[in-house]
Amino acid sequence: MERTHKQDPQAATERKEPRTGADLLVESLINEGVETLFGYPGGAALPIFDALYKAQNAFDQILARHEQGSIHAAEGYARVSGKPGVVVATSGPGATNLVTGIADAMIDSLPMIIITGQVAQGVIGTDAFQEVDVMGVTTPITKHNYQVRDVKQLPRIIREAFHIATTGRPGPVLIDMPKDISGEIIEESFSPNIELDLPGYQPNTKPNPLQTKKLADAISNAKKPVLLTGAGILFAKASEEVLEFAEKYSIPVTSTLLGLGAFPGNHPLFMGMAGMHGTYTANTALYECDLLINIGARFDDRLTGKLSSFAPNATVAHIDIDPAEIGKNVPADIPIVGDAKAALIRLLTHEITQPEHDDWLVRIHENKENFPLWFNKPDQDMIGQWVIKQVHEATDGNAIVTTDVGQHQMWTAQFYTFNKPDKWVSSGGLGTMGFGFPAAIGAQLAKPDETVVAIVGDGGFQMTLQELSILQEKGLPVKVIIVNNQALGMVRQWQEKFYSERYSQSIFSIQPDFVKLAESYNVKGLQVKTQEEFIKAIPEIFDYEGPVVVDARVLQQENVFPMIAPGTGLNEMIGVKP
Amino acid sequence: MKRIITATVRNRSGVLNRVTSLLQRRQFNIESISVGRTETEGMSKMTFVVDVEDFQKLEQVTKQLNKQIDVIKVSDITDKAIVARELALIKIVSNSQLRAEVQGIIEPFRASIIDVSKDSLSIQVTGKPEKIEALIELLRPYGIKELARTGVTAFARGQQPSIQDGSSYSSLLG
Ligand SMILES: Cc1ncc(C[n+]2csc(CCOP(=O)(O)OP(=O)(O)O)c2C)c(N)n1
Repeated sequence: MERTHKQDPQAATERKEPRTGADLLVESLINEGVETLFGYPGGAALPIFDALYKAQNAFDQILARHEQGSIHAAEGYARVSGKPGVVVATSGPGATNLVTGIADAMIDSLPMIIITGQVAQGVIGTDAFQEVDVMGVTTPITKHNYQVRDVKQLPRIIREAFHIATTGRPGPVLIDMPKDISGEIIEESFSPNIELDLPGYQPNTKPNPLQTKKLADAISNAKKPVLLTGAGILFAKASEEVLEFAEKYSIPVTSTLLGLGAFPGNHPLFMGMAGMHGTYTANTALYECDLLINIGARFDDRLTGKLSSFAPNATVAHIDIDPAEIGKNVPADIPIVGDAKAALIRLLTHEITQPEHDDWLVRIHENKENFPLWFNKPDQDMIGQWVIKQVHEATDGNAIVTTDVGQHQMWTAQFYTFNKPDKWVSSGGLGTMGFGFPAAIGAQLAKPDETVVAIVGDGGFQMTLQELSILQEKGLPVKVIIVNNQALGMVRQWQEKFYSERYSQSIFSIQPDFVKLAESYNVKGLQVKTQEEFIKAIPEIFDYEGPVVVDARVLQQENVFPMIAPGTGLNEMIGVKP
Repeated sequence: MKRIITATVRNRSGVLNRVTSLLQRRQFNIESISVGRTETEGMSKMTFVVDVEDFQKLEQVTKQLNKQIDVIKVSDITDKAIVARELALIKIVSNSQLRAEVQGIIEPFRASIIDVSKDSLSIQVTGKPEKIEALIELLRPYGIKELARTGVTAFARGQQPSIQDGSSYSSLLG
């Protein structure tokens, strides 16, 4: 065997090639089961990219056109696959281009592994070429971060990083790799079976039975109970349990923005999303309830509105895997630290008397009847809400839908009814424009057989549209629907309502030709201007096997309603009725 | 209200940065931080004196600290029987005539003169922060040229009184 290799010059050089820190990194990633890797090369990361070249067949490697595209794609991948998204970038500008995505993943609890190249240890701290203090920059926006100082520690660090990123409350973990570490020749072999040594990190997944008992008693006595479902339920894969629990005790359910799909959107007990652009029924129920059961939501201020008007008369039970979330914004009367699924399973074992709350159910039913979400229906022109409804019908509500940030995002949350978990990908906590389209790419990579629709604004799409390249490169059939109002719609809405129609920098006077733009990336482009045109285009969009960009021209003046204006409470919604 | 919180942390790179960055970002008011090694190899102890509005905010401080991967244990020891000490170095304006007078002032504080020059005196004092405060006030009229304080370091006494007060705010993990 050895002899034949020697005769092959190619093989011979390969064999002589010594093993480096970067090779060890790649082996560790393979060992962790990484299949898809989002990378963007550069000087300080070259040893890593060389090692990736050698291991070409080990991963599906995706080259986005901007590091921000890489990380949002990795976030979309993580959200729908449940596996960590893995990103590799170079030092300095490569790393800083990731910052928005890292912050986004942190606040929305997405499991991510970010590997950044760093200048060689000998010049760290000298303002070397492409040096940035990535540890300093990312400390507040990572669950944890590491700078590798000793190549022998690398396998342990990778093991720990994956463990930390994917357990407890998931989050991004960054590993900064100085170039000399990546390039260091290593002789030893390292065992992939590393014992974790993290005494300070012990996520508490098992809820305290005394506390769940307390909640059980509170349910028995509740006259007006409400269940609030957050994304924590999706991470815990607890949708079935939530459904069983809510049905068993007939508890009306509302959801946070990111929790949509955890509970079936078409269920009679579902009241719609709560919060700034939530339904009247859900927000009123939160205002009036006497028992609020929050499972896996963090009481974000866009959900609560003015805190003094948030569930003012309720006993608040809060179930969360992250103890620091409990009592952070809203004091909890019944704090339960633990995994949402474990907590629900536990709750289902307690003896609970069916709460006597028929009046409450009737009231909620009436509110749903009398105050549904609404929108104006112009004759021919399109508006965003109508477009979303069409997309919902065309996909039978089964697509994976990603959005960017703005009006179209809220309309999607309102009018695309999510009945199943893990179909909804949006930037909640950070509200990151530019997120939606690359996130759809990641989602499609994770679920190649599902229909993935990116609903984006004309503003946000222009922040990351260069990633159209990936659609062509990887043959991804993502459907991009631009809800094009020729404006930064949500900003325009706020300026209209709260700044006396002073439209400062929110109207686009010039737009690219999105059809030509798509075509230049070898992606099918369509422009639709009327309802009729849109309906006609539906088969062209959804029966077509490849990617499509649809420039859907909608009326500029349309606003998102209903709304809780900033600084006001759940009981002060405006735009509840047309 | 002022609280004394201790955190046992692993000596891994970046841990101090993580902790201080966290406190700053969450707008926790820190009066002092002191850090040093402990009896256990690889472990350090941080002592924070924080000024917080209420118990809810205090609970957030301890929980956020606890969330850090390299933080092993966080305790609010304010209501316990504790030993808390600080070291201060105080350089004051002085001359040979004043030296005896200063000596008289610092003696009850069991402070000591550790450096003498033609026109200044340096004094070292250890003790509870209030004691240090009191000495500084007494020395202020002489003119303080330089002042350096370490911040409080503290731990619980070996023996705790059997009845604990009901500071049950941090019992959520139970
Ligand atoms: C990176 C970033 N910059 C600015 C904002 C502030 N912002 C929130 S919504 C919005 C307008 C979005 O406009 P568009 O993408 O066209 O969507 P629309 O609201 O019109 O649906 C802006 C500028 C943001 N969320 N993210």
